[in-house]
Amino acid sequence: MIPTLIGVVLLVFFLFKYFGGDPAAVLAGKQLTADKIAAIRAQLGLDQPVIVQLLIFVKQILTFDFGRSWSTNEVVSNMLVNRGKVSLTVMAQVWFLDAIISVLLAVIAAYLKGSLSERLITGICTAAMSISLLLYVVIGQYFLGFKWALFPVMGWSESFWVNVTRYSPLPVLLMLAVSIAPSLRLYRTFLIEELNQDYVRTARAKGAGDHRVMLVHVLRNAAIPIVTNIAMAIPGLFVGSFVIEQVFSIPGLGREVVLAVDRSDFPVIKAITVSLAMMTMLANLGVDLLYKWLDPRVQLK
Amino acid sequence: MSMNGTNTRSASFWIQAWKRLLADPVARICGCILAIYLVVALLSATGLIAKGWNDEVGVSYANPVFAPNEPNPEGDTSLIREDASVTDDETKAIDPLAPKYEEIAKLERTNADKVTVLQRLLPLGGDKTGRDVLAKTIKAGQISIAIGLAASFIAVFIGVVLGAFSGYFGGKVNDALEWVYNVFTSVPYILLVLAFSAVLGKGVGTVILVLGMTGWTGTYRLIRSEYIKHRDRDYVQAANAIGASHLRMMFLHILPNVSHLILIQLSQEVISFIKAEVVLSFLGFGVPVDLISWGIMISDVRSELVIGKWWQLASCATAMSVFVVAFSFFTDSLRDALDPKSSRR
Repeated sequence: MIPTLIGVVLLVFFLFKYFGGDPAAVLAGKQLTADKIAAIRAQLGLDQPVIVQLLIFVKQILTFDFGRSWSTNEVVSNMLVNRGKVSLTVMAQVWFLDAIISVLLAVIAAYLKGSLSERLITGICTAAMSISLLLYVVIGQYFLGFKWALFPVMGWSESFWVNVTRYSPLPVLLMLAVSIAPSLRLYRTFLIEELNQDYVRTARAKGAGDHRVMLVHVLRNAAIPIVTNIAMAIPGLFVGSFVIEQVFSIPGLGREVVLAVDRSDFPVIKAITVSLAMMTMLANLGVDLLYKWLDPRVQLK
Repeated sequence: MSMNGTNTRSASFWIQAWKRLLADPVARICGCILAIYLVVALLSATGLIAKGWNDEVGVSYANPVFAPNEPNPEGDTSLIREDASVTDDETKAIDPLAPKYEEIAKLERTNADKVTVLQRLLPLGGDKTGRDVLAKTIKAGQISIAIGLAASFIAVFIGVVLGAFSGYFGGKVNDALEWVYNVFTSVPYILLVLAFSAVLGKGVGTVILVLGMTGWTGTYRLIRSEYIKHRDRDYVQAANAIGASHLRMMFLHILPNVSHLILIQLSQEVISFIKAEVVLSFLGFGVPVDLISWGIMISDVRSELVIGKWWQLASCATAMSVFVVAFSFFTDSLRDALDPKSSRR
């Protein structure tokens, strides 16, 4: 866990240090003078040896103080928290609904195992997940938002409730259309793998009904990979979806990343990348603990 | 001796897999569709078709032949009449170009051979600057498919080489490569791609490089686990006993035995990279705007939709979706044919 985090820090540091061009040139803009560049370099610590620069970066991470954005001069850590909240408002709904709907549908698909309708479901899923997210978003926004005016085309407000009830339903709906198919297919595989186990035959032999076998025995065992999948999606919730936030003008972290990449705003990109990696580690740890609770046979190293 | 044995067996394996693939109707249909796309992409790459995708060949938003009656001020359905724009003394007084009209008309007559007549109807319609949507879609397809293929070759190559080293040697090599793998997978994929493209800039080559350098992790994991399985098998032991070098055992003995998995992986990656390219270009970090790709077409289309010009979206969406869906079904069939024991995911 810690070595991985060190790796991410090194990757991000050296990527931006050696491939990212001269930050002073980005910052000074069009009025390039030698004095100005030297001043900026001194301010950013770029005149120090590489190892000192790396230590500055590590210190920034440990204190969660990534300095200020190069383009908006906003404090980066405040920016992370504020934008992260916005992304989470949309993504938490997607995450929650996706988990419930796809597990439900997967159970139904597992009931229908081997039948024509089951092949149909998987076929539709393959087709649905092949189509690009962009098409769902562009077409969905056009018809549901613009043409039929069922939802606002785009926008965001200061109030949490207005956002949840007015601005987020359409993005949430479109994201679900994209995310359910792959989850459903994956969970169905987990369930069917469990259905082929010996204990299912034993349970049936003891006289357990179809529903009892599926809901009590199979679902409980299949819960482990399913829960992993659901829990590992949590870190991604904070960045949200780049496309969705861009298209619907949602001021979340995803849109911030796109803006930052566009403006070569390195502190913001670095901060977001490293924070996301840290959250992934935490999610990993959480999943391991969850395993132990779900399946007492699991031994933690 | 052992090499010969492997060769004959693997040849028959490929023929068997080919027969299984041909027996699958889904694979046959999807294979034909993909073949058509590839031929069109090759023709477009050699400049035989869609060469003039960037030329103004029609009026702005020229109507497609299947919707000739859509309103278009510059087309046949225009409500603006020629006689409505007679130049009388009053308009001459306020129109600064009015004195030049005769000169313009004269130039037009003398250079009649150089004036291109703008089409009012195009097979799939035109875009804002009067470009042919059909040619645009073909050219965009060529570029998107080329990026997907090239990036997946790079990604699978990196994944296979690293996976082979990690699985074959184990120990320290494995630890080091697992560390790299963990680093690359601990950041959400698209964020990693954006971080790489933030520092590497824009351009077709960069997109291929970025996708290839970030997309190798799945292949790496798969190949690594296969090498762990294969390295202790008898044929590898035998090769070792007659003094084959490590590299020879890794890439001449084991690699042919996992090559079917590499092929499946390759076709899976093509799909995911084409989708990633579309998103990247849409966000403005992929193909530069003086070129065209499916992603750029979709981002162009958003402003057109609002004024009711839907045909560019329709052709681009159809072309892209048919290709990707056919490719996905083909990949599924390919997996069933090459790796019959594995369960479908």
